[in-house]
Amino acid sequence: MTQSNIKLTRADFQIDGPVKWCAGCGGYPILAAVQKALPETGITKDNVVFISGIGCSSRFPYYMKTYGFHTLHGRALPIASGLKSSRPDLSVWVATGDGDSMAIGGNHFIHTIRRNLDLNIMIFNNQIYGLTKGQYSPTTPLGSITKSSPYGTIEKPFQPGELTMGAQGTFFARVIDKEPKGMERVFINAAKHKGTSVIEILQNCVIFNNDTHEMIVRKEVRDDRIILLEHGKKMIFGKEKEKGLIIDGQEIKAVKIGENGVTMDNVLVHDETCKNPNIHYMLARMTYPELPVAIGVIRSVEQPTYETLMAEQIEQVKKLSDIKSVKELLYSGKTFEIK
Amino acid sequence: MGKNQKKVIELEEVVVKFAGDSGDGMQLTGSQFSDASASFGNDLSTFPDYPSEIRAPQGTVAGVSGFQVHIGHKEVQTPGDLADVLIALNPAALKTNMKWVKPGATIIIDIDNFDNKHYKKAGFVEDPLHDNSLKGFNLIKAPITSLSRATVSSLELGIDHKTADKTRNQFVMGLLFWLFNRDVKRGEEFISKKFVEKPILVKINLAVLYAGYNYAETVEAIATQFHVNPAKNKKGTFRQITGNIATAWGLIAGAEKAGVKLFLGSYPITPATEILHELSHHKNLDVRTFQAEDEIAGICTAIGASYGGSLGATSTSGPGLALKTEAAGLAVITELPLVIVNVQRGGPSTGLPTKTEQSDLMQAIHGRHGECPLPVIAASSPGNCFNFAYEAAKIALEHMTPVILLTDGYLANGTELWKIPDVDKMAEIHPPFVKDNDPDYQPYRRNPETLSRSWAIPGQEGLQHRIGGLEKSDIYGDVSHDPYNHQVMTNYRAEKIKRIENYIPEQKIHGDQEGGDLLVMGWGGTYGALNMAVKELREDGYNISLAQFNYIFPLPKNTEALLCKFKKHIICELNLGQFAEYMRSQFPQFKYEQYNKVQGLPFFIKELKNKFKEILEEK
Repeated sequence: MTQSNIKLTRADFQIDGPVKWCAGCGGYPILAAVQKALPETGITKDNVVFISGIGCSSRFPYYMKTYGFHTLHGRALPIASGLKSSRPDLSVWVATGDGDSMAIGGNHFIHTIRRNLDLNIMIFNNQIYGLTKGQYSPTTPLGSITKSSPYGTIEKPFQPGELTMGAQGTFFARVIDKEPKGMERVFINAAKHKGTSVIEILQNCVIFNNDTHEMIVRKEVRDDRIILLEHGKKMIFGKEKEKGLIIDGQEIKAVKIGENGVTMDNVLVHDETCKNPNIHYMLARMTYPELPVAIGVIRSVEQPTYETLMAEQIEQVKKLSDIKSVKELLYSGKTFEIK
Repeated sequence: MGKNQKKVIELEEVVVKFAGDSGDGMQLTGSQFSDASASFGNDLSTFPDYPSEIRAPQGTVAGVSGFQVHIGHKEVQTPGDLADVLIALNPAALKTNMKWVKPGATIIIDIDNFDNKHYKKAGFVEDPLHDNSLKGFNLIKAPITSLSRATVSSLELGIDHKTADKTRNQFVMGLLFWLFNRDVKRGEEFISKKFVEKPILVKINLAVLYAGYNYAETVEAIATQFHVNPAKNKKGTFRQITGNIATAWGLIAGAEKAGVKLFLGSYPITPATEILHELSHHKNLDVRTFQAEDEIAGICTAIGASYGGSLGATSTSGPGLALKTEAAGLAVITELPLVIVNVQRGGPSTGLPTKTEQSDLMQAIHGRHGECPLPVIAASSPGNCFNFAYEAAKIALEHMTPVILLTDGYLANGTELWKIPDVDKMAEIHPPFVKDNDPDYQPYRRNPETLSRSWAIPGQEGLQHRIGGLEKSDIYGDVSHDPYNHQVMTNYRAEKIKRIENYIPEQKIHGDQEGGDLLVMGWGGTYGALNMAVKELREDGYNISLAQFNYIFPLPKNTEALLCKFKKHIICELNLGQFAEYMRSQFPQFKYEQYNKVQGLPFFIKELKNKFKEILEEK
């Protein structure tokens, strides 16, 4: 990707017209964080493209002063895949929601991840269908009462992180829409990561699912209910940093450091680059109240990207083949002269 | 036994049908025979007839695979109605194909497989060799299996029967080389090439090829040889080509001419998959192929590539086109170039996946939600799939629109002897690119002639803009729900496609340019049969002409004027009358008669001639 010579600012990515999400929507801080993060990546503005599907989240490209394509429900990923594999020079970002990426676009989600195209996928996970006014989504907690589940949902939700690991994802992070600094940092990391970056954003829907993440992200309780993961650092959390994660048998367990013989030495150190995804998988699956919810970059491993392998194949075949034009193709193989 | 003095009959044309189990190599034998005929200079057309099962139980009717070759000294445009020579390797192959041979035809069977066990598998109640059902045919009972095995074992290479049986098709080839008075040496080249890495297979196949040739030369049952002279009306450099390969190559040629890269997003589906196979080979020509997770992702990746400045294309068949329709609508409203190839097969649903039909016409013209016009064109011979794929690319790139190219299973898998075109002389393709930082650029500013918008590509400096599925304002491309604007944009999209009529050739007539009694109208892949039927009737003095349509939507501008010149009109198509319905909607003043067929089979010349005569002789 071409790097920009001039230092861009947030304003370079802001549109002149209005942004049309509901007042108080989690979309606003996400938009601001993206606009602040992009200048830090050094990517040339002309090379940035935002692609989206359908839903509230997917209006995102209209609010970015870059190239943008608002596509079909569920189909942002294949459109982004076609673009990225034919134009590896572009920095391609996808804005999608929990319904767009996990329901109607679920198939594309897993296949895009397994191919490992260098895309940055932001999932605005508000656990509800907002634009169609309040039906349960694939990430809505079991038993939730919504417009289409008046007696409570009877289906277990997906966890985007679980699906990402299951599809051999190379990058997964979770962020909170109320945490601008955390979002910026993760967006920059995602942009730098060569491969499919999946960022689950715990987003609030002020109209149809207000406070859905409050139980874990509320200021007063947050320190005990989330754990901020940092590469190379001990996995500790709590107001006084008094708690930590350890492996107990085959499971992750939250413990108080200093109690029951647990010392700091027992506490896990986060290694986002570990190729084996088992710990990452367990971290991504952690849910409150059993365990704190993991926030930050959970997994970031380098693997060849689809578009690089495709470009390499093209170069190799070009070198080996005698056929350099359609004309030569038409006369290749068996031809017959009739006089 | 001495060599016979045999009679040689010169023929204008011959149709040979190869039939056996799916695993018997009938497709290969057929190709080998047609290659040898093309080297000899015959005109030709071929058509495979294979089951949708890969290897149905051996010896059963369900497992019969066939390959028909029509060679000629005279012009050949179809694989032929009925066979002059049938090769049936087992009773099931005979049972399936007996109705497709001419009276008095030569039928060569592998007598080793004609026993009670095989009769039972094939579902024969009576022994067909003794119940008079083959009376009147020139039946050659060749011991193909036993002689192939004996030949292989005489080489003392320790080869088992199973391997030896795989050489049986070469015995058939040898026999045919003799039967058609050909130099058997030409068969050697094919075998040496085919098994280049396995010298032992070259050895045994060559031995069996000669065994077949010598058998035919020696045995008295084969009394005549056929001789088909080289084609009289063809000159130049030719190659055999299937419709699918020609389609793939036409797309590459279109992209090359336009100076853009070709990207194919596709999901495997019979009978279109070969386009994906072929294009995946041509990375040397900068072709990118993306085997998607489903049909929708196939078209969406292509749209993404087009958005990025490539020629996006997707290949499919009827059921896949149905899945792609929503995305086709996105390409219509975002006005991006895209080629959608639909290789039609028998429907609805899974229908007849390996058989041909023309029943997706309405789906192609109308099958989308909203007011969603896009051009529809159709190829009419295996070779001209190249030209129409090229034309689809040209229209898509110059008019900024998705284009549906219709071919069908018959064109896709059939071959013809195709004159290699001069690509330097093919029409230029000029996509409406924009220069970086063009101050006048607006996403929906239109070319006043074509009404197409310009193609600004991500990465270009100073042309940032947003497109998408929501309706956009005229010129500026902002999201707009304005009622009047939607009318304006809908009208533009319709008018833009209509104006393509100014850039396509006029409709041609084969026959009387000034008009006449009967105009036969067809479209797409039925050209060969319709043209031959009309031609033969004209030779018999009938007043009949043909208009075969390649440009379906929009129609050529002269269509109405042309129809006016004829007293009667008949529309022939492999569906229940979709083009007829369409013509009635366009030009209701004419009374269109119809001839329709939905058997998964192409038209036969004979049935067409009968129908046309019936109409011409009506008072």
